[in-house]
Amino acid sequence: MPERLLEVKDLKVRFATEDGVVRAVDGVDFELDRGKVLGIVGESGSGKSVTAMTLLGLTRDKNTRFEGEVDYKGNNLLEMPESRLREVRGAQIAMIFQDPMTSLNPVYTVGDQIIEAIVTHEDIGKSAARSRAVELLREVGIPNANARVDDYPHQFSGGMRQRAMIAMALSCNPDILIADEPTTALDVTIQAQILELLDRLRADFDSAVILITHDLGVVAEVADEIVVMYAGRIVERGSKRNVFYDPQHPYTWGLLGSIPRLDRPKPKKLHSIEGTPPSLINLPQGCKFRPRCPHAFEKCFEEPELRNRVEDSGHLDRCWLSVEDKRGLRDSTIAGEARVPA
Amino acid sequence: MVAFVIRRLIGMVAVLFAVSLLVFIVFILIPGGDPAERMAGKNPTPENIHNIREKWGFDKPFYVQYVRMMEKAGNGLVPGPHSEYDILRSFDTRQDVVAEIKKGIPATFSLCIGAGIIWLVFGILVGVISAVKAGRWSDRAITVLALIGISMPVFWLGIVLRYFFAETRTWFPDGGYVPLSQDPAQWMYHLILPWFCLAILFIGFYGRVLRSNMLDTMNEDYVRTAKAKGLAPNRVLGRHVLRNSLIPIVSLFGLDFAAVLGGGAILTETVFDLKGVGWYAAQSVGGLDLPPIMGVTLYGAFFIVVFSAAVDFAYAVLDPRIRPT
Repeated sequence: MPERLLEVKDLKVRFATEDGVVRAVDGVDFELDRGKVLGIVGESGSGKSVTAMTLLGLTRDKNTRFEGEVDYKGNNLLEMPESRLREVRGAQIAMIFQDPMTSLNPVYTVGDQIIEAIVTHEDIGKSAARSRAVELLREVGIPNANARVDDYPHQFSGGMRQRAMIAMALSCNPDILIADEPTTALDVTIQAQILELLDRLRADFDSAVILITHDLGVVAEVADEIVVMYAGRIVERGSKRNVFYDPQHPYTWGLLGSIPRLDRPKPKKLHSIEGTPPSLINLPQGCKFRPRCPHAFEKCFEEPELRNRVEDSGHLDRCWLSVEDKRGLRDSTIAGEARVPA
Repeated sequence: MVAFVIRRLIGMVAVLFAVSLLVFIVFILIPGGDPAERMAGKNPTPENIHNIREKWGFDKPFYVQYVRMMEKAGNGLVPGPHSEYDILRSFDTRQDVVAEIKKGIPATFSLCIGAGIIWLVFGILVGVISAVKAGRWSDRAITVLALIGISMPVFWLGIVLRYFFAETRTWFPDGGYVPLSQDPAQWMYHLILPWFCLAILFIGFYGRVLRSNMLDTMNEDYVRTAKAKGLAPNRVLGRHVLRNSLIPIVSLFGLDFAAVLGGGAILTETVFDLKGVGWYAAQSVGGLDLPPIMGVTLYGAFFIVVFSAAVDFAYAVLDPRIRPT
């Protein structure tokens, strides 16, 4: 039984804004074990990044309200004082971000920024930290790391900068690595390299990874478990096999349908989910996906709970349709043949 | 590096040439600018004017006059005795222009260096405090004060300061300048009011600029990275936010400082009877006296050019992205 690192229970994050209260995250639960990769999937505004930032306390603000619990090895990170949380940040839970072009400070060398992360958490000399930084850069595949450690970020390509970010995140050997859209800003060829690197390092460093993305193709590569988020809540959750081969929620079907595929007959046009994500200030009544769902019916004006409805007990979803109906409707929906009734 | 310096030196000479030519041409075009008539005094005889014209070379073509004037100005920079017509002299007072500017430099430098330090330190302080406390009452209070500071004209502020702190209450001396070499304590005592009078406008302005720079920088992704690394808030603020936000302040400071050093503190010097270069400029502009105007303009242009080169150099040091490789 692998060690349980993180347990998120009924997490809610609300931001008070001038327009009203934004329910960015509205009751999210998941667990993370050592050595596992959890993929969090959803479109922009689904609350996936806010969830990740909240784990590190980066959303703390006087206009933010939290509820629920984020249990990291027996400590609730939501209630941890800022000074103690700083010891967790970067050291035990590290994070890499979407855009490597802007995530490094342009006025310091890459080496300086990695060294800064190391000396913040460890009582170690500058030269020892520097050789560790070189070692890390070599580890993430920067050629000629010994010289490149003194380069400035603008002298690195996008892929190299993301590698440097990963090196920085791993510098204190964290338990958990949160990767927020780590490949979105990169070329496709570089994307695969970065994913491979993340997967290899997870094994080498014996960390757990939370991989946040809008791209199901990305999680298909590396994730063990997948959480699909919509409008601040989880709509489907299960193993990679469950979500790809037996998806239960129409939103998941929409995401699957919007991946261009060469192994299926070519559709007339690439399918996209109709409509736009709901405002997180005025959420629709009942199921939050109802207004965009081609199969919505009377009952969807009540909100379904996230629970197990299929044979595999680890596979949860939030949809009122019967399992038989879903399995019948699924393939045509993924192929883009179902339309939202006008 | 060498190429940079050489390019800058050539540019400097070109700018000084262009500025001097412009001043000269403008002066010729000004009505009532004929110096011979003015120098001849009231009710002159035509011979009188003619003599002056011949003696001072006003009858020569303008380019000859221009070259002569530049020669004279150059002679003034060379130490040693000079004959009456060999040196740049005021048309009105016949005083040696270069010597007059040199005489004004200690007061001007004392005023500007002191004020420069004050406005830089307080400007940064004001900017940092209002950025950190953005939206709270302390930020609002500082914003109001900064706007008041920016809105107060120097000639008004100077007179008010003098009236309240040097005349109705004699806390400070009522204008004047004491050389540093003569009495450092009196030097400082005499300069405190002028320093703040000159600095207040810049404090408000720099504070506002730095505040908005810092608020922009706080939203940068690399600041989020710094927080996610677990850095303490002061370190994030100092090393990542402030460090990056100060780069534009450096260029502002370089040019503003050059401008006041180059005689731009005309109002402050005049209000506080500091007989510096700015005061001298004010005197000569009032009398349409070309040689001192030319002298002061070239002196000011020199500082602007030198400091803008210094700013470019500082930029390259502060921001590796624009460093020549």
